[in-house]
Amino acid sequence: MLVASHLECVRGERSLFRNLAFRLDEGELLYLQGRNGSGKTSLLRMLCGLLPPAAGEIRWKGETIGRLGEDYRRELCFLGHLNAIKEELTPLENLRASAKLADTPLDEDLALEALETLGLAGRADLACRYLSQGQKRRVALARLVHERKSLWLLDEPFVALDTAAVELVAGLIGAHLQRGGLAVLTTHQPVNIPAGTVRQLVLGSC
Amino acid sequence: MSKGFNWYHFSSPQTFYPLAGKMIPWFWALAALFGIAGLIVGFLIAPTDAQQGEGYRIIFLHVPASWMSMFIYLVMAFWAALGLAFNFRLSAMMAQALAPTGALFAFLSLWTGALWGKPMWGAWWVWDARLTSELILLFLYVGFIALQASIDDPRRADKAGAILALVGVVNVPIIYFSVKWWNTLHQGSTVNIAKSSMAKVMLVGMLLCALACWMYAIAVALMRVRKIVLERERHTEWVKAELAQEK
Amino acid sequence: MLNAVFSLIARDLRLGMRRQADIASVLFFFIIVVSLFPLGIGPEPDQLRRLAPGILWVAALLATMLSLPRLFADDHRDGTLEQLALSPQPLGLIVLGKVAAHWLVSGLPLTLLAPVLGLQFDLSSEALQALTLSLLIGTPALSGIGAIGAALTLGVRGGGVLLSLLILPLYIPVLIFGAGAVEATVTGVGAQAHLSLLGALTLAGVFFAPWPTAAALRIALE
Repeated sequence: MLVASHLECVRGERSLFRNLAFRLDEGELLYLQGRNGSGKTSLLRMLCGLLPPAAGEIRWKGETIGRLGEDYRRELCFLGHLNAIKEELTPLENLRASAKLADTPLDEDLALEALETLGLAGRADLACRYLSQGQKRRVALARLVHERKSLWLLDEPFVALDTAAVELVAGLIGAHLQRGGLAVLTTHQPVNIPAGTVRQLVLGSC
Repeated sequence: MSKGFNWYHFSSPQTFYPLAGKMIPWFWALAALFGIAGLIVGFLIAPTDAQQGEGYRIIFLHVPASWMSMFIYLVMAFWAALGLAFNFRLSAMMAQALAPTGALFAFLSLWTGALWGKPMWGAWWVWDARLTSELILLFLYVGFIALQASIDDPRRADKAGAILALVGVVNVPIIYFSVKWWNTLHQGSTVNIAKSSMAKVMLVGMLLCALACWMYAIAVALMRVRKIVLERERHTEWVKAELAQEK
Repeated sequence: MLNAVFSLIARDLRLGMRRQADIASVLFFFIIVVSLFPLGIGPEPDQLRRLAPGILWVAALLATMLSLPRLFADDHRDGTLEQLALSPQPLGLIVLGKVAAHWLVSGLPLTLLAPVLGLQFDLSSEALQALTLSLLIGTPALSGIGAIGAALTLGVRGGGVLLSLLILPLYIPVLIFGAGAVEATVTGVGAQAHLSLLGALTLAGVFFAPWPTAAALRIALE
């Protein structure tokens, strides 16, 4: 499904990694690990197509992602380390706006249910600026509840979450993998995700 | 491997650097040669103009400077587009190196225009369509230089500059047309440099001066490209070797 | 596909409504700049009437300039821009949506305000009509062309000033035909030709500018 070969990442004048390769198939999870600045986020942005690799290529179902363009993005769900939520809007508005933008509109009931799952039941109508850091992260993660796109790229999804929420999100990712989805995530915390095949990629060592 | 002419070979900074170094003195020599010839024709051979007296001789600098300022913008946009489309490092550097020279010519054109205008119409500045367009061209150059200077990452600076140059090239005719329209509506005074039945010898002088400016522009741009190459590739082995050798 | 763009416009408008102070400060900037001119050049009605088209149009350009840096900057800061770039819509179309929303919260209010300010300059009712019409037709081009500059200067040092340096020269044709339309009405020539050319500029600006803007946004996101 997702195949990367000979990837090289150059930031400024430094080469962060080169000759990086991996393969990920249905139902598989890839953990990106490595110290700060080893290129985890850069690799994730390359996989999205935001950052063109200095060398090498990324293929999705046999076709390079550059050529697939919108067709690739239609199957992709990316969650950056920024939450991409608007402080002035309520969690409900944020969730529905981002779902519409991704061409997977949610009706109000489903959106409310998703927020409830993430423990934001009483906060759905409160502007996001009044929420705590962890609650804002939960708003961003609420997208995953009804997300059925096949490739999830998550940058530090567990940051700022309490243990209960971490378990919940791990469960969401697990369910996604069980449905035959793919997931790539970076994390510093050891999190137990129920998955068939877990691959690990440690950056900064190759 | 193909045995034909290898663009990639010459577009690599490492090959280009010494080659440019060898070419620069030749362009300087040509610039001096054409310049002297142009000045001799312009000052000694060309006759005094019946209407404008000796003051008209500034056109031997003014007209070539205006030509060059427009021409260099096109060349700059061409290199920028090439760099954007094919990711050639060198062509983006070329665009960056040309911009200050183009801006200099635009400025020279305005300045000499003012010097010429003062005795001609008794004013340093007239809102004539050509002068106004030249001024706007100078603004476009300044915008390009300022944008490249304020982006730290050279790759991003190259690409952003290329987009701006292309947008500028598309806009230059629109701007020129609209300024001309504005000018005719307001019946401003029109400077018509080429109107007077120009003697052949004047044209020859002007062409010689234009060639001199052209050679000068190439020489200076090459020198600047060499500097940019050194700066950007300072971490590579060949630049270190090159610098050690020069010391 | 257009659904996503419309929902983006709706979101931006809702954001605009919740940040009314931003919209208001741009409008007040417009009012203040226009009101400064009579203080600077004297209150003779004849002179003011002659200068009004140029003054109002230049002030509209400057007010638009003021609102442009935030066009993409907020989305860039909170990560929304990444999501926009990764949505399955062509980025050019999304930019068109952003431009439309920007016009609705800046260009349109400026247009509606302009005739009131025109009264300060003793403009006749035909001139006021021409002024409003020219701004209505011309301001979308300002938002469209300005978006290129906003995208190019995204996250760049001294972005706001740099933006004016890049974009103001490109605004010149819009200024010439916009102010020209009002003046042609005042002098009795008729504004038809000016307005048609202005319309052509707006169409070109709105439909071609999103593509370089999208390219510049992708560069900014690398």
